[in-house]
Amino acid sequence: MKEENILEVKNLTVSFNGEKVIDNLSFNLKPAENLVIIGPNGAGKTVLLKALLGMLEFEGEIKWRKDIKIGYVPQKILPEKNIPLSVEEFFGFKKITLEQIKRVVQSVGISDLAILKKKISDISSGQLQRILIAWSLIDNPEILLFDEPTSGIDIGGEETVYNLLNKIDKERGLSMVLVSHDLNVVYKMADSVLCLNKKAVCFGAPEQAISPENLKRLYGEEVKFYHHEH
Amino acid sequence: MNINLISLIAAIFIGAVSGYLGSLMLTKRMALVGDALGHVALPGMGLALLLGINVSLAAFVFLFLGIIIIWFLENKTSLPTETLVGVIFVLSLALGFLITPEPELLEALFGDISRINLGEGLAAIILSAVVLVGVSKIYSKVVLASISEDLAIANKINIKKYNLIYLLAIAVIVALGVRIVGSLLVGALVIVPAAASRMASANMRQYTFLSALLGALSCVLGILLFGIIGLPAGPLIILISVLFFLILFLFKKKIV
Repeated sequence: MKEENILEVKNLTVSFNGEKVIDNLSFNLKPAENLVIIGPNGAGKTVLLKALLGMLEFEGEIKWRKDIKIGYVPQKILPEKNIPLSVEEFFGFKKITLEQIKRVVQSVGISDLAILKKKISDISSGQLQRILIAWSLIDNPEILLFDEPTSGIDIGGEETVYNLLNKIDKERGLSMVLVSHDLNVVYKMADSVLCLNKKAVCFGAPEQAISPENLKRLYGEEVKFYHHEH
Repeated sequence: MNINLISLIAAIFIGAVSGYLGSLMLTKRMALVGDALGHVALPGMGLALLLGINVSLAAFVFLFLGIIIIWFLENKTSLPTETLVGVIFVLSLALGFLITPEPELLEALFGDISRINLGEGLAAIILSAVVLVGVSKIYSKVVLASISEDLAIANKINIKKYNLIYLLAIAVIVALGVRIVGSLLVGALVIVPAAASRMASANMRQYTFLSALLGALSCVLGILLFGIIGLPAGPLIILISVLFFLILFLFKKKIV
């Protein structure tokens, strides 16, 4: 493994029932670098993330830097509603004091600490996303893996979640791997971008990788190329 | 009525620990398994009554086998767990019904607390306590796994291992519980107090405490009622737990 990389993926192939969901994928990640993985539905984005976390069997190589601390923010939790689990108890799954819980909750932009006593099934999806981010930050990870940070949240909330991610990125200087279907995320967050549709359609710095031709290859002819300036 | 103190205390322990374990049946899949397990105990109980060996021990052996079979089939076939559990459930019930000697059939189906002797009572108390302590150690991990398998795996929690430990704990408490409420109703002893508590709890701490409390109270009140009116204790215990469920259900409707 090269010194400067924290992650090396070589010839990664993931198959379900003989069908290749990810086919011969290779890419690297450097410290403090943010990688955004984009692609249409069913392109294998979440599968890639799970493979990186060691949740799935795969062929090829996934090499993390030795002893790296990985944080993970899932798309959603709670398969069943009405489980009486308070936000505070959710943090209690990790070894953490109440003071630390308060600090980390405030650091993700939640100022009203009354939320700690609420049931986790009763808070809004935007708040839940912040809580999940805070939860993943407790162990001071060097890299954060996010699965679709925007899904299920209205536009207003979505905007602030990205501001929050930017803030975390600046404060902590960690690496992020973000799975998204939203091109705007690329321009806001990415040092490099991986366009995934089973194979890598493109990989590299956003300016070079995101070309109209590559997007056509990624999403098909229908998608319009757009780039919001902010 | 011949209820001795030791069987009453044993019933309180079993009821409390049943409720406590029930509070961990957070998913529909698990609740189903819990309900079916009582029936899986029946053939074991039948054999024990036929051969004159310890009923709880034989029940546990069959429960253990049932769990292993369900686990094995779950990994080997693409059938949903509900279907597998359903098949094992009716198979056990039919076998158990045929095996159990007729005079003891009612005892096997609905329990008979007066048949618990001092040694069995003490053993039940100790085993319940062991299960309680053991499960309390894995409790938070099982909860995390049931709200998000992904998060649990990402935090290096071996879900299969903890689920198996949990199911074995259920098997022990069901094997003890069948003596009190019988194989048909023992699932209810695990599920009903927890279902009632879930409606009234704002967090896990309240939920587990209330589940255990209602489990214990159902047993005490059911047995006292048995002492007064002489109807079988097993069904009385379950009726009281359902009464708690209804009270909390109506209470909840009022405050929402």
